[in-house]
Amino acid sequence: MSITYLEAIREAQAKLLRDDDRVFIYGQDVGGNFGGAFKATKGLAKEFPGRVLNAPISEDAMVGTAIGAALQGMRPIVEMQFADFSSIALNQILNNAGTHYWRTNIPIPITVRLPSGGTKGSGPFHSQSMESLYAHYPGLVVMTPATVEDAYTMLIEAVAIDDPVVYCEHKYLYYHLKADRLPTEGLPIGKARIAREGRDLTIVTYSAMLHESLTVAEEFANEGLEIEVVDLRTVKPLDTDTVLASVARTGRLLCVGESFPWGGATAEVIARVTAEGFHLLDAAPARINAKDTPIPYHPNLWSAHRPSAKTIAEKARNLLRE
Amino acid sequence: MLQAAQRSEKKTKGKKTAPHERYLEAYRWMLQTRVFEDKLASLYRGGLITGGVYVGRGQEAISAACGMFLQKGDIFAPLIRDQAGRSAFGEPLIDVARTYLGSRQGPMRGRDGNIHRGKPGQGQLAMISHLGAMISVTVGVLLAKKFKGETGFVGLTTIGEGGMQSGATHEGMNIAAVEQVPLVLVATNNHYAYSTPNDREFACTDLVDRAKGYGFEGYTVDGTDLAACLDVIGGAVKRARAGRPPQLVVASVLRLAGHGEHDDASYITDEIKREPFAQDCLKCAEKVIVDLNLADAETLKKWRDEAAAEVENAVATAQKEAAPEAGEEDWCAISMRHLVDQIP
Repeated sequence: MSITYLEAIREAQAKLLRDDDRVFIYGQDVGGNFGGAFKATKGLAKEFPGRVLNAPISEDAMVGTAIGAALQGMRPIVEMQFADFSSIALNQILNNAGTHYWRTNIPIPITVRLPSGGTKGSGPFHSQSMESLYAHYPGLVVMTPATVEDAYTMLIEAVAIDDPVVYCEHKYLYYHLKADRLPTEGLPIGKARIAREGRDLTIVTYSAMLHESLTVAEEFANEGLEIEVVDLRTVKPLDTDTVLASVARTGRLLCVGESFPWGGATAEVIARVTAEGFHLLDAAPARINAKDTPIPYHPNLWSAHRPSAKTIAEKARNLLRE
Repeated sequence: MLQAAQRSEKKTKGKKTAPHERYLEAYRWMLQTRVFEDKLASLYRGGLITGGVYVGRGQEAISAACGMFLQKGDIFAPLIRDQAGRSAFGEPLIDVARTYLGSRQGPMRGRDGNIHRGKPGQGQLAMISHLGAMISVTVGVLLAKKFKGETGFVGLTTIGEGGMQSGATHEGMNIAAVEQVPLVLVATNNHYAYSTPNDREFACTDLVDRAKGYGFEGYTVDGTDLAACLDVIGGAVKRARAGRPPQLVVASVLRLAGHGEHDDASYITDEIKREPFAQDCLKCAEKVIVDLNLADAETLKKWRDEAAAEVENAVATAQKEAAPEAGEEDWCAISMRHLVDQIP
């Protein structure tokens, strides 16, 4: 038996609906026989009547409604059709859910699922990675699972967390990533994972870029160069300790993220490592992000816009030469 | 003016209240609000309040009416000019004084200084400044109550004619009707969004006409007439509670103050100040009380003195209390402490 990243997300939601009466799913096209634009809720409306509800094209009101329901003790999961459209709901996520605990002492346990990241041909409004934007604001947990196992266990954890969680699931991984079985438990939330051990260079990454980075690490291993790859798993909280420990072993740091280059998760990692572990670095740290333009449609342009094994390898090679 | 209210007897807070008793109760919330907000304004002018002060002068009748028909288990999501409604719903004056005066014992603990306070656990939601955002939040609370099998509850949220123009309001009203929750939305047209008059805010003849488009039932009311406010809000709450579609009530008043106390409101024209809706609802209510002999002059004076004493007491208490200390603040925006990002 094999299970995809997308099926893991569906299975996690089925388990949550089965085990916890407080859970319901709210989003565009999630209900009926349709099961969502990507089929992440396929069959769930039938299996759990009245708990998987189609919402109008009203991202702000979808999240507002979830916040209100959470105040009544529910554990809503909001599915954004694409991460890009969550910009309409920024106000509710950042200003309402993200401030509520601080202001009133009452947390808002909502999970907002964002089908994120690029697939070829999707263009500027169906390809965005928004984790850096959400991580910038206080009051939110931001998850970026990179494996089938994490997609499953982290979504279950997201719903269990009393605070608002932005769960960034990568659309490229939906079908490309498979596992033999679903795990019963994962690493604690907030803990990064050493995806591959190495001694010459640390690559810190998350989500789909983990797999591009692992490809580079395999390639370099053929030349006798061992790259350590750290999968952040959550960009907020950010596991600075695991990153610093890795840089202490390798002395070199490359950060890879798919979101836009101005600021963001990769810049945050570099800022922390240079501030806290400057003495550990044998070379200036580097990072690769997408380009600072909207995301192009054509595959020729798209594959050059985002980081890839090729550009990561080039950057890694330069770093190792220093 | 009381005929409308005399026609309908409604339950308030679980007990039958005769219309004139309800009228007088609402009047006293209006009076207490006016006295309190005048005090806040004077504290602000004296430099004793940091941040803004936003009052509901001229809107006390419609606001008080909003709080009067809600019971335990109901939801109230007030906005900027709703002190009368908040008090009628059950917010103690000391909560307000502590918030404005920055007492660490206030519900916001110095983290917010004025109108964003709330006690969601007691049904009073904590607004954010982004107008229209609380409509869908109220819908969510009501939807969850439906999920849990509760019955007989209602949610009331307020907005101004300015906030009626936001995208969040459109989404919120639409989703309320789609989910068929027992919601009352009270939109008070005070004729200015900060300094912008109605003709630059919307172009439809009357905001109540939007009700039909959203699948709401719509009503208008003269916000200077307390009896009419009680009648129309009471009716809307009753219909929502009985399972009718969401209710929109549009009240007409003039804001008899600046947007906040920092604002001299010099943009409000003399012409508009002569409109019938520019009357002071508190003075109108006092005239009714005197004309119909619902209370004598001595009683009115006693009530005013009592309100002044309560206000003085709340302010004096809050002023004596300690301010929050930055060194004692935990600076933690999420409840699950083990997940706090330790940002160096």
